Amino acid sequence: MGLLSLAIWTPIAFGVILLALGRDEQARAVRWLALIGALVSFLVTLPLLQGFDNSTAAMQFVEKSSWIERFNVNYHLGVDGISFWFVLLTAFINVIVVIAGWEVIERKVNQYMAAFLILSGLMIGVFCALDGILFYVFFEATLIPMYLIIGIWGGPNKIYAAFKFFLYTLMGSLLTLIALVYLYTASNGSFDILSWHKLPLAGNVQTLLFFAFFAAFAVKVPMWPVHTWLPDVHVEAPTGGSAVLAAIMLKLGAYGFLRFSMPIAPDAAREWGTLMIVLSLVAVVYVGLVAMVQQDMKKLVAYSSVAHMGFVTLGFFIFNPLGVSGGLVQMIAHGFVSGAMFLSIGVLYDRVHSREIASYGGVVNTMPKFAAFALLFAMANCGLPGTAGFVGEWMVILGAVQHNFWIGALAATALIFGAAYTLWMFKRVYLGPVTNNDVRELNDINGREFLMLALLAIAVLYMGLFPKPFTDVMDVSVAELLKHVALSKLPQ
Amino acid sequence: MMDPTSWMTIYPEIVLLVMACVIALVDLTVKSPRRTATYVLSLLTLAGVAWLNASYASADQTLYGWGRLVVSDPLGHWLKCFAALAVLVTLVYARPYAADRDMLRGGELFSLSLFALLGMDFMISGQNFLVIYLGLELLTLSSYALVALRRDHTPATEAAMKYFVLGAMASGFLLYGMSMLYGATGSLQLDEVLQAIASGQIKHQVLVFGLVFIVAGLAFKIGAVPFHMWIPDVYQGAPTAATLLIGGAPKLAAFAIIVRLLVEGLMPLAIDWQQMLSLLAIASLLIGNLAAIAQTNLKRMLAFSTIAQMGFVLLGFVAGVVNGQTTLAANAYSSAMFYVVGYVLTTLASFGIIMLLARQGFESEEISDLAGLNQRSPLYAGVMAICLFSLAGIPPMVGFYAKLAVLQSLVASGQGFYIGLAIFAVLMSLIGAFYYLRVVKVMYFDEPVTATTVSAPLDVRAVLSVNGLLVLVLGIVPGALMALCAQAVKSMLAL
Repeated sequence: MGLLSLAIWTPIAFGVILLALGRDEQARAVRWLALIGALVSFLVTLPLLQGFDNSTAAMQFVEKSSWIERFNVNYHLGVDGISFWFVLLTAFINVIVVIAGWEVIERKVNQYMAAFLILSGLMIGVFCALDGILFYVFFEATLIPMYLIIGIWGGPNKIYAAFKFFLYTLMGSLLTLIALVYLYTASNGSFDILSWHKLPLAGNVQTLLFFAFFAAFAVKVPMWPVHTWLPDVHVEAPTGGSAVLAAIMLKLGAYGFLRFSMPIAPDAAREWGTLMIVLSLVAVVYVGLVAMVQQDMKKLVAYSSVAHMGFVTLGFFIFNPLGVSGGLVQMIAHGFVSGAMFLSIGVLYDRVHSREIASYGGVVNTMPKFAAFALLFAMANCGLPGTAGFVGEWMVILGAVQHNFWIGALAATALIFGAAYTLWMFKRVYLGPVTNNDVRELNDINGREFLMLALLAIAVLYMGLFPKPFTDVMDVSVAELLKHVALSKLPQ
Repeated sequence: MMDPTSWMTIYPEIVLLVMACVIALVDLTVKSPRRTATYVLSLLTLAGVAWLNASYASADQTLYGWGRLVVSDPLGHWLKCFAALAVLVTLVYARPYAADRDMLRGGELFSLSLFALLGMDFMISGQNFLVIYLGLELLTLSSYALVALRRDHTPATEAAMKYFVLGAMASGFLLYGMSMLYGATGSLQLDEVLQAIASGQIKHQVLVFGLVFIVAGLAFKIGAVPFHMWIPDVYQGAPTAATLLIGGAPKLAAFAIIVRLLVEGLMPLAIDWQQMLSLLAIASLLIGNLAAIAQTNLKRMLAFSTIAQMGFVLLGFVAGVVNGQTTLAANAYSSAMFYVVGYVLTTLASFGIIMLLARQGFESEEISDLAGLNQRSPLYAGVMAICLFSLAGIPPMVGFYAKLAVLQSLVASGQGFYIGLAIFAVLMSLIGAFYYLRVVKVMYFDEPVTATTVSAPLDVRAVLSVNGLLVLVLGIVPGALMALCAQAVKSMLAL
């Protein structure tokens, strides 16, 4: 069994064991088993770090065996510089989420933990899959655990959120399924993504395929104007669900653009690049403004996620190395930062049971340790140099300026808005005198919460101070991708 | 005529017939209210027949018997094998349910099921209009009686009446169509009909006239819109055990007669029947999915969902012949076959759960009766959720690959119309996802209204778990079943 298979199936196996054996009477044992499962699943991804070769754009750790012979579908896995970090990121966030749900979840603990473990395995599968159907199976299967997570452990309006999440994302991906089947026919019976990259396609076909993929990936990212599901879902999802959704699930969409839309339909991608840039800028600027007026902390962070993901898609569709690498770095950074933001909100919510900004004020007085973490994550969210949030945004802005000064300038305004809504929220929640009894009675974070926030804080700072290991991995793959996208695939 | 080959071709059916009679007789001496002896004997018979059929199918040869009245080919034997297994599983689920409802007083449930299976077997292997028709009648007459088996229950009696009247009309349609074709071609034999039509000597108008009636009769039997009205009423009104006997295995036989009549008998008219089936499929997908949203009764909802699912099966038949070329036919029909097999497997488990949750004096057929099932029994909630996700076509369940295969057959045609059909079908399955998800929601997100624990006899529990697991496992490794379907259809078309 290859390393990637291990990374995918270890958490799933642990999840299945938890489902089969776990009982609420033995919640303690279930939690520990889940933590061991998450840790083992993370550990098995570490050898990848050692074995990965930065100097090639080819797929590495490749595994290939026949899966469904009749349709020539293969169990084909591999990672390159584009997908590499997401495997580790997913496994890492999974550990954090298991810790975050430790004593918060009391009902059906085994199902909760199993859902996250299985979800993590499936998402790693999405990043590793090199076969169209394998990709689609993993991509769609993630909906089931997430639907259950939102619906069972969510807030008061959870059912609406769960349905909105499921149906919205399913709608997008069903069109992608048709596109995959079409490519299978067009390539004379192959679901191999890499061979699709080389397949010549007529202009109008490329456009249709581009938009079929767009339907799935834009909804997932989410890009303006199909982002409306995200705030609703984030608000109702349990903390762990929000964290995974923001940290990893949104990246599945952005990753799809790099693996499918751009290399398979490069001519259409270039032709419609301007549209993508416009949509991204709307997300960055307009959704940033929307975030500013939110009363609900989770909604605010959700809108800020849309704005940050706007940076990612902006970076991709300006077609230069800085932009694409910047987008990728931003994806990883956003994984840490948004995860941390949601977990911080979760810490407060577990104590006060309110997400309203107005319910808080002066939290720093009663929870100084926690406020310090929150400040760090807030700073990272507005892109302060030295934190992870800075690197990606800065690269994308530089790339955008190279492409067109005004796009760069417009994108840069997002830093201002980002600082405005994040810091304003920080001020209202944490600073000032204690405003009410709920806040007065708050206890500072316990060891478990400290551990989970500290792990994320280390990640945020490390990535902010030493981004080189991250960019080194992706440089060659990004260059190769851009070289590929620059060539026309129209039949001669 | 009485050559050994002929006996060979219907050997499994002979065993089935003899055993059905033996079981009916043995049952006279059985005193136990749960009919254990009859039950065990029936299961052994079904297992034996399934095994016989599987070993015939593995031999991979095509033999004709009784002067081409019946055929023994891998396609038929696999379908008969699956049908026998489906009836077996149905009986396992049905026994506790039937015992609680005084349906086991005589052993009719078992002997009628076996006769129904015998009818299916002849539908599946018939090569002659009359054989197919007689098989169909044997199946439907047994089914009428099964629906009416609960004699003191008004909805069941009403359902039986509806089923009988409409079923008789459908048989009439089919028979009328067959007689038209007989008049035009002068033969009841499928191969001779095929040759006569292919010769091009027969007036197209007459043939299409007969074809319309045949297609209408088939549409009645599988419940395609606009011939679907009996499905919701019968599914809802019949005792769930009978619902599953109608809604499970007979779908395999319905698939088979579509193949035998339309593909083996009327292939030269494919252009015509493909158009008809396209229209039926579009209407079924639309009406089935939309009407299912409004249902609060689970059995009725599953009935409308069946209509929509059958629409998908029909889509597997519409893109076989493109521009007069039959190169895509094997691909298309095998996707329909895979769809039907996956569908039957899923239906068995979902109705199995409904029967399991029913108790004495309580039917558990409203969607709200499933509330909080996850808290009462995570295992059965899990099985039901797997089935619902499979019906919705979400990977990694078998239902996804079924949809994938059908969509692939449409897109492979390269025709704009068929690609449009594929897009329409996926949009409809989005609607479908909504009402399947609603049931999942009720099971997982709502609080239970009753705290009664769910208990089931060991045999039901074991079969149900395996059945549910199989829906998932066939989703993770669907290759073998797909290859089997492709091989079976290919060898049928090669002749």
